[in-house]
Amino acid sequence: MSAPPAPRPGLYYPKMPATWWLRRPAYLRFMLREVSSVFIAIFLAVLMVQVYRAGQGPEAYAAFLERLASPGWIAFHAVALGFALYHSVTWLKLTAVVQVVRLGEHQVPPRLVAAGAFAFWGILSLAILFAVLLRS
Amino acid sequence: MSTRKTSEPFWWGLFSVGGVVAAFLVPVHLFIHGLAVPLGWIAFPHARMLALVGQPLVKVYLFVLIALPLYHWAHRFRFVLEDLGLHALRAPIAVGCYGSAVAGTVGTLWVLLRL
Amino acid sequence: MAEETITLEVTRYRPREDREPRAQAFTVPYRKDWVVLDALNHIKDRVDGTLTYRWSCRMGVCGSCGMMVNGVPKLTCAAFLRDYLPGPIRVEPLAYFPVIRDLVVDIEDFMGKLRRVMPWIIRRTEQPLTAGEYRQTPAQLEAYKQFSMCINCMLCYAACPVYGLSPLFIGPAAIALGYRYNLDSRDEGYHLRQPILAEAVGVWQCTFVGECSAVCPKGVDPAAAIQRSKVAGAKDWFLSILLPRGGRS
Ligand code: SF4
Ligand code: FES
Repeated sequence: MSAPPAPRPGLYYPKMPATWWLRRPAYLRFMLREVSSVFIAIFLAVLMVQVYRAGQGPEAYAAFLERLASPGWIAFHAVALGFALYHSVTWLKLTAVVQVVRLGEHQVPPRLVAAGAFAFWGILSLAILFAVLLRS
Repeated sequence: MSTRKTSEPFWWGLFSVGGVVAAFLVPVHLFIHGLAVPLGWIAFPHARMLALVGQPLVKVYLFVLIALPLYHWAHRFRFVLEDLGLHALRAPIAVGCYGSAVAGTVGTLWVLLRL
Repeated sequence: MAEETITLEVTRYRPREDREPRAQAFTVPYRKDWVVLDALNHIKDRVDGTLTYRWSCRMGVCGSCGMMVNGVPKLTCAAFLRDYLPGPIRVEPLAYFPVIRDLVVDIEDFMGKLRRVMPWIIRRTEQPLTAGEYRQTPAQLEAYKQFSMCINCMLCYAACPVYGLSPLFIGPAAIALGYRYNLDSRDEGYHLRQPILAEAVGVWQCTFVGECSAVCPKGVDPAAAIQRSKVAGAKDWFLSILLPRGGRS
Protein backbone atom coordinates (compact mmCIF):
# COMPACT_ATOMS: atom_id res chain seq x y z
CA MET A 1 0.00 0.00 0.00
CA SER A 2 1.18 3.50 -0.75
CA ALA A 3 1.36 6.71 1.25
CA PRO A 4 -1.27 7.55 3.85
CA PRO A 5 -4.29 9.39 2.51
CA ALA A 6 -3.77 13.14 2.45
CA PRO A 7 -5.45 14.92 5.37
CA ARG A 8 -8.72 16.48 4.38
CA PRO A 9 -9.46 20.08 5.32
CA GLY A 10 -11.97 20.62 8.09
CA LEU A 11 -11.37 17.28 9.77
CA TYR A 12 -9.62 17.09 13.09
CA TYR A 13 -6.83 14.51 13.11
CA PRO A 14 -6.08 13.37 16.64
CA LYS A 15 -2.44 13.02 17.56
CA MET A 16 -1.04 10.16 19.52
CA PRO A 17 1.23 11.19 22.38
CA ALA A 18 4.32 9.06 23.07
CA THR A 19 2.79 8.31 26.46
CA TRP A 20 -0.35 6.70 25.06
CA TRP A 21 0.42 3.44 26.89
CA LEU A 22 -0.10 5.17 30.24
CA ARG A 23 -3.69 5.96 29.38
CA ARG A 24 -5.26 2.61 30.04
CA PRO A 25 -4.25 -0.21 32.40
CA ALA A 26 -4.54 -2.70 29.54
CA TYR A 27 -2.07 -0.68 27.47
CA LEU A 28 0.34 -0.51 30.39
CA ARG A 29 0.13 -4.26 30.90
CA PHE A 30 0.85 -4.68 27.21
CA MET A 31 3.91 -2.45 27.46
CA LEU A 32 5.22 -4.36 30.48
CA ARG A 33 4.71 -7.60 28.59
CA GLU A 34 6.73 -6.30 25.66
CA VAL A 35 9.45 -4.87 27.88
CA SER A 36 9.83 -8.24 29.61
CA SER A 37 11.77 -9.31 26.53
CA VAL A 38 14.49 -6.79 27.36
CA PHE A 39 15.08 -8.33 30.79
CA ILE A 40 15.05 -11.80 29.33
CA ALA A 41 17.58 -10.81 26.67
CA ILE A 42 19.92 -9.22 29.23
CA PHE A 43 19.75 -12.34 31.37
CA LEU A 44 20.60 -14.51 28.39
CA ALA A 45 23.52 -12.27 27.48
CA VAL A 46 24.79 -12.65 31.05
CA LEU A 47 24.35 -16.40 30.80
CA MET A 48 26.36 -16.39 27.60
CA VAL A 49 29.18 -14.50 29.32
CA GLN A 50 29.01 -16.97 32.19
CA VAL A 51 29.55 -19.87 29.80
CA TYR A 52 32.36 -17.94 28.18
CA ARG A 53 34.02 -17.29 31.55
CA ALA A 54 33.75 -20.96 32.39
CA GLY A 55 35.83 -21.64 29.31
CA GLN A 56 38.50 -19.25 30.60
CA GLY A 57 39.19 -21.25 33.72
CA PRO A 58 38.13 -21.61 37.37
CA GLU A 59 39.36 -18.17 38.51
CA ALA A 60 37.55 -16.26 35.80
CA TYR A 61 34.43 -18.28 36.49
CA ALA A 62 34.60 -17.74 40.25
CA ALA A 63 35.18 -14.04 39.81
CA PHE A 64 32.18 -13.83 37.54
CA LEU A 65 29.94 -15.63 40.02
CA GLU A 66 31.11 -13.24 42.71
CA ARG A 67 30.07 -10.31 40.57
CA LEU A 68 26.65 -11.85 40.09
CA ALA A 69 26.30 -12.05 43.87
CA SER A 70 26.49 -8.27 44.18
CA PRO A 71 23.28 -6.64 45.37
CA GLY A 72 22.84 -4.84 42.06
CA TRP A 73 22.84 -8.01 40.02
CA ILE A 74 20.70 -9.88 42.51
CA ALA A 75 18.16 -7.08 42.38
CA PHE A 76 18.27 -7.09 38.60
CA HIS A 77 17.73 -10.83 38.42
CA ALA A 78 14.90 -10.69 40.92
CA VAL A 79 13.14 -8.09 38.80
CA ALA A 80 13.98 -10.00 35.63
CA LEU A 81 12.48 -13.15 37.12
CA GLY A 82 9.26 -11.26 37.69
CA PHE A 83 9.22 -10.13 34.08
CA ALA A 84 10.11 -13.60 32.81
CA LEU A 85 7.23 -15.11 34.75
CA TYR A 86 4.93 -12.44 33.38
CA HIS A 87 6.06 -13.28 29.88
CA SER A 88 5.42 -16.99 30.42
CA VAL A 89 1.98 -16.46 31.87
CA THR A 90 0.84 -14.05 29.17
CA TRP A 91 2.41 -16.07 26.39
CA LEU A 92 0.84 -19.37 27.40
CA LYS A 93 -2.54 -17.78 27.97
CA LEU A 94 -2.62 -16.00 24.63
CA THR A 95 -1.28 -18.96 22.69
CA ALA A 96 -4.01 -21.14 24.12
CA VAL A 97 -6.63 -18.78 22.71
CA VAL A 98 -4.98 -18.47 19.33
CA GLN A 99 -3.99 -22.06 18.72
CA VAL A 100 -7.01 -24.12 17.82
CA VAL A 101 -6.47 -27.59 19.24
CA ARG A 102 -8.76 -30.29 17.93
CA LEU A 103 -9.59 -33.69 19.28
CA GLY A 104 -11.38 -35.38 16.45
CA GLU A 105 -14.45 -33.30 15.65
CA HIS A 106 -14.31 -31.08 18.69
CA GLN A 107 -12.24 -28.08 19.56
CA VAL A 108 -10.54 -28.40 22.91
CA PRO A 109 -11.62 -25.38 25.01
CA PRO A 110 -8.81 -22.78 25.27
CA ARG A 111 -8.93 -22.99 29.07
CA LEU A 112 -8.01 -26.64 28.92
CA VAL A 113 -5.23 -25.97 26.42
CA ALA A 114 -3.88 -23.29 28.72
CA ALA A 115 -4.09 -25.61 31.72
CA GLY A 116 -2.12 -28.20 29.79
CA ALA A 117 0.51 -25.68 28.80
CA PHE A 118 0.88 -24.44 32.37
CA ALA A 119 1.18 -27.99 33.67
CA PHE A 120 3.83 -28.77 31.07
CA TRP A 121 5.70 -25.59 31.96
CA GLY A 122 5.64 -26.46 35.65
CA ILE A 123 6.81 -30.01 35.16
CA LEU A 124 9.55 -28.95 32.75
CA SER A 125 10.80 -26.28 35.16
CA LEU A 126 10.85 -28.71 38.06
CA ALA A 127 12.65 -31.28 35.94
CA ILE A 128 15.35 -28.78 35.01
CA LEU A 129 15.66 -27.64 38.61
CA PHE A 130 16.04 -31.20 39.86
CA ALA A 131 18.52 -32.07 37.15
CA VAL A 132 20.66 -29.19 38.36
CA LEU A 133 20.13 -29.92 42.07
CA LEU A 134 20.81 -33.63 41.92
CA ARG A 135 24.01 -33.38 39.98
CA SER A 136 25.63 -30.51 41.75
CA MET B 1 4.19 -15.66 -5.23
CA SER B 2 3.21 -12.48 -3.55
CA THR B 3 3.52 -13.61 0.05
CA ARG B 4 7.28 -13.34 -0.30
CA LYS B 5 7.22 -9.58 -0.85
CA THR B 6 7.98 -8.95 2.79
CA SER B 7 10.44 -10.58 5.18
CA GLU B 8 8.07 -10.00 8.11
CA PRO B 9 6.88 -13.64 8.26
CA PHE B 10 10.46 -14.82 8.68
CA TRP B 11 11.17 -12.59 11.65
CA TRP B 12 7.78 -13.23 13.12
CA GLY B 13 8.41 -16.97 12.88
CA LEU B 14 11.68 -16.62 14.79
CA PHE B 15 9.96 -14.32 17.27
CA SER B 16 7.31 -16.95 17.97
CA VAL B 17 9.73 -19.81 18.41
CA GLY B 18 11.85 -17.62 20.65
CA GLY B 19 8.79 -16.63 22.65
CA VAL B 20 7.94 -20.27 23.27
CA VAL B 21 11.49 -21.05 24.39
CA ALA B 22 11.50 -18.00 26.65
CA ALA B 23 8.14 -18.92 28.14
CA PHE B 24 9.02 -22.52 28.96
CA LEU B 25 12.71 -22.36 29.82
CA VAL B 26 13.82 -18.91 30.87
CA PRO B 27 12.13 -18.49 34.29
CA VAL B 28 13.69 -21.59 35.80
CA HIS B 29 17.12 -20.80 34.39
CA LEU B 30 16.83 -17.24 35.56
CA PHE B 31 16.05 -18.52 39.01
CA ILE B 32 18.98 -20.95 38.97
CA HIS B 33 21.71 -18.84 37.39
CA GLY B 34 20.56 -15.39 38.38
CA LEU B 35 19.55 -16.03 41.98
CA ALA B 36 20.09 -19.51 43.39
CA VAL B 37 23.71 -19.98 42.33
CA PRO B 38 24.98 -16.46 43.12
CA LEU B 39 23.22 -16.55 46.49
CA GLY B 40 24.75 -19.94 47.27
CA TRP B 41 21.47 -21.87 47.44
CA ILE B 42 22.75 -24.19 44.76
CA ALA B 43 26.42 -25.01 44.24
CA PHE B 44 27.51 -24.87 40.66
CA PRO B 45 31.27 -25.40 40.71
CA HIS B 46 33.46 -24.70 37.74
CA ALA B 47 34.34 -28.33 37.05
CA ARG B 48 30.70 -29.22 36.79
CA MET B 49 29.92 -26.30 34.55
CA LEU B 50 32.76 -27.26 32.21
CA ALA B 51 31.77 -30.90 32.15
CA LEU B 52 28.21 -29.89 31.32
CA VAL B 53 28.88 -27.44 28.53
CA GLY B 54 31.38 -29.84 27.04
CA GLN B 55 28.56 -32.15 26.01
CA PRO B 56 27.26 -31.65 22.49
CA LEU B 57 23.64 -32.05 23.55
CA VAL B 58 24.03 -29.42 26.25
CA LYS B 59 25.57 -27.12 23.68
CA VAL B 60 22.59 -27.51 21.43
CA TYR B 61 20.32 -26.88 24.41
CA LEU B 62 22.20 -23.74 25.39
CA PHE B 63 22.11 -22.51 21.82
CA VAL B 64 18.35 -22.90 21.72
CA LEU B 65 17.99 -21.35 25.17
CA ILE B 66 20.13 -18.30 24.42
CA ALA B 67 19.89 -17.57 20.71
CA LEU B 68 16.20 -18.07 19.94
CA PRO B 69 14.76 -15.73 22.58
CA LEU B 70 17.06 -13.03 21.20
CA TYR B 71 14.77 -12.87 18.16
CA HIS B 72 11.86 -12.68 20.49
CA TRP B 73 13.51 -9.67 22.12
CA ALA B 74 14.46 -8.11 18.77
CA HIS B 75 10.91 -8.25 17.46
CA ARG B 76 9.29 -6.90 20.57
CA PHE B 77 11.87 -4.23 21.19
CA ARG B 78 11.55 -3.05 17.62
CA PHE B 79 7.86 -2.44 18.11
CA VAL B 80 8.36 -0.92 21.56
CA LEU B 81 10.59 1.71 19.98
CA GLU B 82 8.01 2.33 17.28
CA ASP B 83 5.27 2.50 19.89
CA LEU B 84 7.21 5.16 21.74
CA GLY B 85 6.91 7.38 18.73
CA LEU B 86 10.04 6.60 16.73
CA HIS B 87 7.93 5.79 13.75
CA ALA B 88 10.05 7.76 11.35
CA LEU B 89 13.01 5.50 12.10
CA ARG B 90 11.22 2.25 11.37
CA ALA B 91 13.72 0.85 8.90
CA PRO B 92 16.93 1.49 10.87
CA ILE B 93 15.23 0.26 14.04
CA ALA B 94 14.30 -3.02 12.39
CA VAL B 95 17.80 -3.49 11.00
CA GLY B 96 19.35 -2.64 14.36
CA CYS B 97 17.13 -4.99 16.36
CA TYR B 98 17.22 -8.02 14.11
CA GLY B 99 20.89 -7.32 13.37
CA SER B 100 21.67 -7.45 17.09
CA ALA B 101 19.86 -10.76 17.38
CA VAL B 102 21.86 -12.19 14.50
CA ALA B 103 25.07 -10.90 16.08
CA GLY B 104 24.01 -12.51 19.36
CA THR B 105 23.40 -15.79 17.57
CA VAL B 106 26.86 -15.71 16.03
CA GLY B 107 28.35 -14.78 19.40
CA THR B 108 26.54 -17.66 21.13
CA LEU B 109 27.77 -20.09 18.49
CA TRP B 110 31.29 -18.78 18.87
CA VAL B 111 31.26 -19.12 22.66
CA LEU B 112 29.78 -22.60 22.55
CA LEU B 113 32.02 -23.96 19.82
CA ARG B 114 35.21 -22.74 21.47
CA LEU B 115 34.57 -24.81 24.56
CA MET C 1 -37.50 15.96 45.81
CA ALA C 2 -35.07 17.20 43.24
CA GLU C 3 -34.67 15.04 40.19
CA GLU C 4 -31.56 12.91 40.11
CA THR C 5 -29.09 14.04 37.48
CA ILE C 6 -25.80 13.02 35.96
CA THR C 7 -23.24 15.06 34.04
CA LEU C 8 -21.89 14.19 30.62
CA GLU C 9 -18.73 15.80 29.30
CA VAL C 10 -19.26 15.68 25.61
CA THR C 11 -16.65 16.46 22.98
CA ARG C 12 -17.66 19.24 20.62
CA TYR C 13 -15.92 20.11 17.40
CA ARG C 14 -17.12 22.44 14.67
CA PRO C 15 -15.28 21.93 11.40
CA ARG C 16 -13.49 24.99 10.07
CA GLU C 17 -14.42 26.98 13.18
CA ASP C 18 -12.61 25.12 15.93
CA ARG C 19 -8.94 24.28 15.76
CA GLU C 20 -9.32 21.58 18.38
CA PRO C 21 -12.19 19.70 19.95
CA ARG C 22 -13.24 20.79 23.41
CA ALA C 23 -15.44 19.28 26.10
CA GLN C 24 -18.84 20.66 26.98
CA ALA C 25 -20.64 19.61 30.12
CA PHE C 26 -24.35 18.78 30.07
CA THR C 27 -26.36 17.77 33.08
CA VAL C 28 -29.15 15.40 32.20
CA PRO C 29 -31.77 13.54 34.19
CA TYR C 30 -30.54 10.24 35.52
CA ARG C 31 -32.69 7.22 34.81
CA LYS C 32 -31.77 3.71 35.77
CA ASP C 33 -32.71 2.32 32.38
CA TRP C 34 -31.05 5.03 30.30
CA VAL C 35 -28.00 4.37 28.21
CA VAL C 36 -25.48 7.02 27.18
CA LEU C 37 -27.25 7.32 23.84
CA ASP C 38 -30.51 8.21 25.60
CA ALA C 39 -28.71 10.97 27.42
CA LEU C 40 -27.28 12.29 24.13
CA ASN C 41 -30.74 12.19 22.57
CA HIS C 42 -32.09 14.09 25.54
CA ILE C 43 -29.44 16.78 25.02
CA LYS C 44 -30.16 17.00 21.33
CA ASP C 45 -33.95 17.18 21.80
CA ARG C 46 -34.08 19.47 24.81
CA VAL C 47 -30.84 21.34 25.25
CA ASP C 48 -28.71 21.75 22.15
CA GLY C 49 -29.98 20.61 18.78
CA THR C 50 -26.60 21.10 17.16
CA LEU C 51 -25.03 18.16 18.96
CA THR C 52 -24.02 15.73 16.23
CA TYR C 53 -23.55 11.97 16.51
CA ARG C 54 -24.54 8.79 14.73
CA TRP C 55 -27.01 6.18 15.79
CA SER C 56 -29.76 4.13 14.32
CA CYS C 57 -30.98 0.89 15.81
CA ARG C 58 -30.61 1.56 19.53
CA MET C 59 -30.23 -2.16 20.07
CA GLY C 60 -26.65 -3.07 19.35
CA VAL C 61 -26.99 -4.31 15.79
CA CYS C 62 -26.32 -1.41 13.44
CA GLY C 63 -22.90 -0.56 14.82
CA SER C 64 -23.17 3.18 14.27
CA CYS C 65 -23.27 4.55 17.82
CA GLY C 66 -19.71 3.70 18.85
CA MET C 67 -17.99 6.37 20.99
CA MET C 68 -15.39 6.57 23.70
CA VAL C 69 -17.13 6.40 27.06
CA ASN C 70 -14.72 7.30 29.84
CA GLY C 71 -11.90 6.50 27.45
CA VAL C 72 -13.12 3.06 26.42
CA PRO C 73 -14.77 2.35 23.07
CA LYS C 74 -18.40 1.40 23.63
CA LEU C 75 -21.68 1.11 21.79
CA THR C 76 -23.45 4.00 23.48
CA CYS C 77 -26.79 2.25 23.07
CA ALA C 78 -25.47 -0.52 25.29
CA ALA C 79 -23.60 1.61 27.84
CA PHE C 80 -25.91 2.17 30.81
CA LEU C 81 -25.60 5.37 32.80
CA ARG C 82 -25.94 3.31 35.97
CA ASP C 83 -22.57 1.69 35.27
CA TYR C 84 -20.85 5.08 35.40
CA LEU C 85 -22.24 6.48 38.62
CA PRO C 86 -21.83 9.06 39.98
CA GLY C 87 -20.33 10.54 36.82
CA PRO C 88 -19.30 12.70 35.16
CA ILE C 89 -19.17 10.57 32.05
CA ARG C 90 -16.73 11.54 29.34
CA VAL C 91 -18.17 11.00 25.87
CA GLU C 92 -15.71 11.41 23.01
CA PRO C 93 -15.60 10.42 19.37
CA LEU C 94 -13.99 7.06 18.60
CA ALA C 95 -10.24 7.33 19.16
CA TYR C 96 -7.72 7.45 16.31
CA PHE C 97 -10.28 8.38 13.66
CA PRO C 98 -10.41 11.83 12.08
CA VAL C 99 -13.29 13.83 13.55
CA ILE C 100 -15.82 15.36 11.20
CA ARG C 101 -17.98 17.07 13.77
CA ASP C 102 -18.65 16.59 17.49
CA LEU C 103 -18.92 12.82 17.94
CA VAL C 104 -18.97 11.88 14.27
CA VAL C 105 -15.80 10.35 12.84
CA ASP C 106 -14.70 9.78 9.28
CA ILE C 107 -15.18 6.14 8.31
CA GLU C 108 -13.89 6.34 4.71
CA ASP C 109 -10.58 4.76 5.61
CA PHE C 110 -12.32 1.88 7.36
CA MET C 111 -14.73 1.28 4.49
CA GLY C 112 -11.85 1.16 2.05
CA LYS C 113 -10.06 -1.39 4.20
CA LEU C 114 -13.15 -3.58 4.38
CA ARG C 115 -13.31 -3.65 0.60
CA ARG C 116 -9.63 -4.45 0.27
CA VAL C 117 -9.95 -7.83 1.96
CA MET C 118 -12.55 -8.93 -0.61
CA PRO C 119 -15.28 -9.89 1.84
CA TRP C 120 -17.30 -12.05 -0.50
CA ILE C 121 -17.18 -15.63 -1.68
CA ILE C 122 -14.70 -16.09 -4.49
CA ARG C 123 -14.99 -19.12 -6.76
CA ARG C 124 -12.59 -20.23 -9.44
CA THR C 125 -15.61 -20.89 -11.59
CA GLU C 126 -19.08 -19.96 -10.46
CA GLN C 127 -21.44 -22.86 -10.64
CA PRO C 128 -24.58 -22.19 -12.69
CA LEU C 129 -27.68 -21.06 -10.84
CA THR C 130 -29.43 -24.27 -11.82
CA ALA C 131 -26.91 -26.20 -9.73
CA GLY C 132 -28.47 -24.64 -6.64
CA GLU C 133 -26.78 -23.05 -3.68
CA TYR C 134 -23.36 -23.85 -2.31
CA ARG C 135 -24.02 -26.19 0.55
CA GLN C 136 -22.38 -26.24 3.89
CA THR C 137 -22.52 -28.53 6.91
CA PRO C 138 -23.17 -27.13 10.40
CA ALA C 139 -19.54 -27.87 11.28
CA GLN C 140 -18.33 -25.90 8.26
CA LEU C 141 -20.53 -23.01 9.34
CA GLU C 142 -19.24 -23.25 12.88
CA ALA C 143 -15.68 -22.87 11.61
CA TYR C 144 -16.15 -19.21 10.70
CA LYS C 145 -19.36 -18.18 12.40
CA GLN C 146 -17.74 -16.25 15.23
CA PHE C 147 -15.87 -14.09 12.74
CA SER C 148 -19.00 -13.33 10.76
CA MET C 149 -20.78 -11.65 13.67
CA CYS C 150 -19.07 -8.29 13.11
CA ILE C 151 -21.33 -5.23 12.90
CA ASN C 152 -18.60 -2.87 11.68
CA CYS C 153 -18.85 -0.68 14.73
CA MET C 154 -15.10 0.11 14.62
CA LEU C 155 -14.74 -0.16 18.39
CA CYS C 156 -11.82 -2.48 17.79
CA TYR C 157 -10.00 0.20 15.77
CA ALA C 158 -10.58 2.74 18.49
CA ALA C 159 -9.03 0.27 20.94
CA CYS C 160 -6.02 -0.46 18.78
CA PRO C 161 -2.93 1.68 19.44
CA VAL C 162 -1.27 0.13 16.40
CA TYR C 163 -3.96 1.68 14.22
CA GLY C 164 -3.47 4.97 16.03
CA LEU C 165 0.27 4.84 15.41
CA SER C 166 0.18 3.66 11.82
CA PRO C 167 -3.10 4.44 10.12
CA LEU C 168 -2.14 2.26 7.15
CA PHE C 169 -2.63 -0.85 9.28
CA ILE C 170 -5.59 -2.76 7.83
CA GLY C 171 -6.81 -3.29 11.36
CA PRO C 172 -8.79 -5.81 13.39
CA ALA C 173 -12.27 -5.91 11.87
CA ALA C 174 -11.06 -5.98 8.25
CA ILE C 175 -8.60 -8.78 8.97
CA ALA C 176 -11.22 -10.73 10.91
CA LEU C 177 -13.56 -10.33 7.97
CA GLY C 178 -10.97 -11.49 5.44
CA TYR C 179 -10.12 -14.39 7.71
CA ARG C 180 -13.82 -15.27 7.95
CA TYR C 181 -13.97 -15.74 4.17
CA ASN C 182 -10.70 -17.66 4.15
CA LEU C 183 -12.32 -20.07 6.59
CA ASP C 184 -15.49 -20.46 4.56
CA SER C 185 -15.69 -23.89 2.95
CA ARG C 186 -17.46 -22.39 -0.08
CA ASP C 187 -14.67 -19.93 -0.75
CA GLU C 188 -11.74 -20.45 -3.09
CA GLY C 189 -10.17 -17.04 -2.78
CA TYR C 190 -7.45 -17.67 -0.22
CA HIS C 191 -4.70 -17.10 -2.77
CA LEU C 192 -6.16 -13.67 -3.59
CA ARG C 193 -7.11 -12.58 -0.10
CA GLN C 194 -4.29 -13.90 2.04
CA PRO C 195 -1.58 -11.83 0.28
CA ILE C 196 -3.52 -8.71 1.28
CA LEU C 197 -3.87 -9.83 4.87
CA ALA C 198 -0.20 -10.82 4.92
CA GLU C 199 1.17 -7.56 3.54
CA ALA C 200 3.61 -5.57 5.60
CA VAL C 201 0.72 -3.25 6.63
CA GLY C 202 -1.48 -6.27 7.25
CA VAL C 203 -1.20 -8.72 10.09
CA TRP C 204 2.53 -8.09 10.65
CA GLN C 205 1.85 -4.63 12.05
CA CYS C 206 -0.12 -6.16 14.89
CA THR C 207 1.69 -6.48 18.22
CA PHE C 208 -1.16 -8.39 19.85
CA VAL C 209 -2.22 -5.77 22.32
CA GLY C 210 -5.45 -7.73 22.39
CA GLU C 211 -7.73 -4.81 23.23
CA CYS C 212 -9.68 -5.22 19.98
CA SER C 213 -11.07 -8.48 21.25
CA ALA C 214 -11.63 -7.07 24.71
CA VAL C 215 -13.89 -4.27 23.46
CA CYS C 216 -15.72 -6.11 20.68
CA PRO C 217 -19.44 -6.12 21.52
CA LYS C 218 -20.06 -9.19 19.36
CA GLY C 219 -17.38 -11.56 20.63
CA VAL C 220 -15.68 -11.63 17.24
CA ASP C 221 -12.15 -11.94 18.67
CA PRO C 222 -10.30 -10.16 15.87
CA ALA C 223 -7.01 -10.64 17.73
CA ALA C 224 -7.28 -14.39 17.30
CA ALA C 225 -8.12 -13.94 13.61
CA ILE C 226 -5.01 -11.84 13.20
CA GLN C 227 -2.75 -14.26 15.04
CA ARG C 228 -4.05 -17.21 13.06
CA SER C 229 -3.57 -15.28 9.85
CA LYS C 230 0.01 -14.66 10.94
CA VAL C 231 0.52 -18.36 11.46
CA ALA C 232 -0.92 -19.04 8.00
CA GLY C 233 1.21 -16.29 6.48
CA ALA C 234 4.37 -17.61 8.10
CA LYS C 235 3.58 -21.15 6.90
CA ASP C 236 3.06 -19.88 3.36
CA TRP C 237 6.27 -17.93 3.54
CA PHE C 238 8.44 -20.81 4.71
CA LEU C 239 6.75 -23.18 2.26
CA SER C 240 7.44 -20.78 -0.57
CA ILE C 241 11.12 -20.87 0.41
CA LEU C 242 11.25 -24.64 0.68
CA LEU C 243 9.16 -25.37 -2.40
CA PRO C 244 9.46 -22.29 -4.57
CA ARG C 245 7.09 -23.67 -7.16
CA GLY C 246 4.84 -25.99 -5.22
CA GLY C 247 2.82 -25.45 -2.12
CA ARG C 248 -0.23 -23.33 -1.83
CA SER C 249 -0.96 -20.87 -4.67
S1 SF4 D 1 -14.77 -6.89 15.13
FE1 SF4 D 1 -16.15 -6.37 16.86
S2 SF4 D 1 -15.40 -4.35 17.55
FE2 SF4 D 1 -14.54 -4.68 15.51
S3 SF4 D 1 -15.99 -3.69 14.11
FE3 SF4 D 1 -16.60 -5.85 14.26
S4 SF4 D 1 -18.12 -5.93 15.88
FE4 SF4 D 1 -17.08 -3.95 16.08
S1 FES E 1 -27.49 2.46 17.73
FE1 FES E 1 -27.19 0.66 16.52
S2 FES E 1 -25.58 -0.33 17.59
FE2 FES E 1 -26.03 1.35 18.90
